[in-house]
Formats: sequence, C-alpha cells, structure tokens
Amino acid sequence: MPSIKMTVNGKEVSGEVEGRTLLVQFIRDHLGLTGTHVGCDTSQCGACTVHVNGRAIKSCSLLAAHVDGSDVQTIEGLADGDTLHPMQEAFRQHHALQCGFCTPGMVMSAIGIVNDNPDPTEIEIREALEGNICRCTGYHNIVLAISAAAKEMKA
Amino acid sequence: MYDFEYQRATSVGDAISKHSAADDPRFLAGGMTLIPVLKQRLDQPTDIVDLGDLEDMRGISEEGGSIVIKAMTTHHTVNTSELVASKIPALAYLAGTIGDKMVRNRGTIGGSLATNDPAASYPSAVLALNATIKTNSREIPADEFFLGMFDTALEDNELIISVSFPIPDEAGYKHFPNPASRYPIVGSFVAKTSSGVRVGITGAGPCAFRITEFEEALVGNYSADAIREIKVSDDGLNTDIHASAEYRAHLINVMTRRAIGE
Repeated sequence: MPSIKMTVNGKEVSGEVEGRTLLVQFIRDHLGLTGTHVGCDTSQCGACTVHVNGRAIKSCSLLAAHVDGSDVQTIEGLADGDTLHPMQEAFRQHHALQCGFCTPGMVMSAIGIVNDNPDPTEIEIREALEGNICRCTGYHNIVLAISAAAKEMKA
Repeated sequence: MYDFEYQRATSVGDAISKHSAADDPRFLAGGMTLIPVLKQRLDQPTDIVDLGDLEDMRGISEEGGSIVIKAMTTHHTVNTSELVASKIPALAYLAGTIGDKMVRNRGTIGGSLATNDPAASYPSAVLALNATIKTNSREIPADEFFLGMFDTALEDNELIISVSFPIPDEAGYKHFPNPASRYPIVGSFVAKTSSGVRVGITGAGPCAFRITEFEEALVGNYSADAIREIKVSDDGLNTDIHASAEYRAHLINVMTRRAIGE
C-alpha cells in the first residue's frame, strides 16, 4: 500500500492508503475532515472541491497517492479561529446557501475564481461556477456573495 | 472503486518499463477521464502507472515556427499561456472551453489525445493545425493519429511526450456545447496556413475528422460565404438523446462558419 504524506490546512499529515483511495476518502475517512462533501461522485457537481497546490480541484476524481507531497486546503482551513474567511462571511451575509450541501465546494471554488480573476463580472462568475451544482438552485445569492467577497478580498 | 496495483513513475523511461512489465496497465495523467471511467468499471486495468511526478513532461515552448506543448500540460496552463495566446489564440480559447475550471486544473493535453473521446475538444485542433504527436518512440502526423472511438495509433507501452502545433496565419474554434455536460455536440477548428486551409471537426462522429469540401472551398475564399451552401452528409455521424446525425451535420456547417468569424 502506498504511504503518502501531504500538508493539509498547514499541518503535515501522513497515512497508508490503498492505491485506489480517492483524495476525498483520505480527507474524510482518514483525516476526519468531513466538511468536504461527496455529491455526485462523478466529477460533475463540485461538492468535493478542495485546493491542491493552490488550484481548485475535484477531490472525488483524484487518487490520494497521485497528490502525495502536495499542499491541500479544505473548507476547514479557511477560517482564522472564529473569524470567517471573507468568502465564508460573504456567503453568510448574502444568504448564499439553502440546504448547505454544496456550500463547502462552492466556497472553495469561489476562492479559486477570485484568485484567478480578482474583479469578476457577474457573467464571469456564473461561467466560472460551471463545475459546481446547487440542487436548491440558489445560484443568485451565491453569485452576489462571490461578487461581494471579491471586493472584500481586494481591499 | 475496484482495486489495482498503483505505481508511480520517476522518469519517462521508468514509466515505459513499469507499463511494459504490467499485465494490463494504463498510464495516469490528469485522471479527469480515467478516474471516472475506473469508478464506473468501464475499464478495469491491473495496474495504474502514475505520471504525476514527471515535471519535465510539463511546459509550453516555441520551436521553429511551432508551439510545442508537453503532454502533462494542463488545459488551464494552455488556456492562460501568453505564448499560446499570442501565437495560436484559438488554441488557448479552445483549452478554456474544456470541462470546468476544476477539470481544467488537472486534465492534460496528452491524456485527452491518448483517450480520444469522441467529444474531446483538442483532436479538432490537432487535425486542423496539422500537429505532430511525439511519443517516446516516434512522431505521428495528425492525419494518422485518430483511428476511431477511443482508438488511436498509439501502440502498447507508447507514451505521448509532446504535441507540436505549427503556427497558422489564422485560426478559429467554435463549438456547440451540450447544455448539461458542456462537451461539444459539434466543435469546429479552422486553420489557414501558406499551404492551405484545414478544418477539424469533433463531437460529430466516432472521432475527430476533416472536411475536405470545406477546405477546398476556403482556400480561394476564406469566408463563411464560401461554405454556406455546402451540405455536409450525416452518413456515419453520431445520434444520441442530445442530437441526431442530421442535426450534427447541420451544426458542422454553422460552427465552421462561426469559427471563421461569422
């Protein structure tokens, strides 16, 4: 079994995994970080989005061993103590969640969008959210939140 | 997911030797097609040879009038490359239409070409730009690479190292995305060089192909009007719940006209 090491939310972690273990299984089952969700399990819905080496990826479609040695950030790594990340705060302020299942992936994806494009238009946000599905169809407030967070993150 | 032997390659040579030694292996590049395929058990290899550590298989350069993209370069890197944007902007644009942002952060050009999905975007550009696919053992011209649905000229244990795209005078790409999956129902890449015009179509048939009637008409008159009245045959085109063969044939003309700039 491959033994892997990576940095998750700034902490060194390691473990023995099977070759077939997915990154999302390693994060949820081995590390107990259950904020990262499995929605469709077919790389369409984006609920499993985390950052690997600073880029948003779908952790249900990557082998954990494939990203051995990487720097991983999950939803749990965003807040600074009780202070939410500006993207989390904007989702709260703008009521950008209904059932909340897609939210961790939406927030991780949204941060990736703003990192690439610090001043996105509404259309750019909507297009960039192509890989995240909200079954409550609450996209309107999600787009508002991302737009507000982008301004906050620039400030 | 069912079990397999996971192996990690340390060099191209190591990848080939691990692949050669295994019973029924697959190379793993970005995994954006392979991992979902494994999960669905549509493919059940005995071994996975991971190419993730091969940093010298990533990168984009300009060499003697061509843009050379190494096999493990992601769609995101091609999409945001200033070099590609300045020399073949249609190719940078195409890379930005693949999948979604997260898929583009992992998916690679080599993986896409080796898989040869009927609706993959890159094959249309490879054909239209008359690219050359360099493997660990030889160079394969675009016209000889795509053999059929998920079928290429790659032999067992042969690995794509890079793809060389001659810089055209002019090129364009337009696709009609499936509203759900965003895969091209039809995509058309058109490229004009001093030696003529080439048109590569993806999404419409079992694999990408050229339309020589369009190419001949566009040589003397590189405009949408030159092909407007040319009816494409729907013979052999795909029919599925999203579009009939007849509709795809119609879209080939429309997408090609748009790729030219209509």
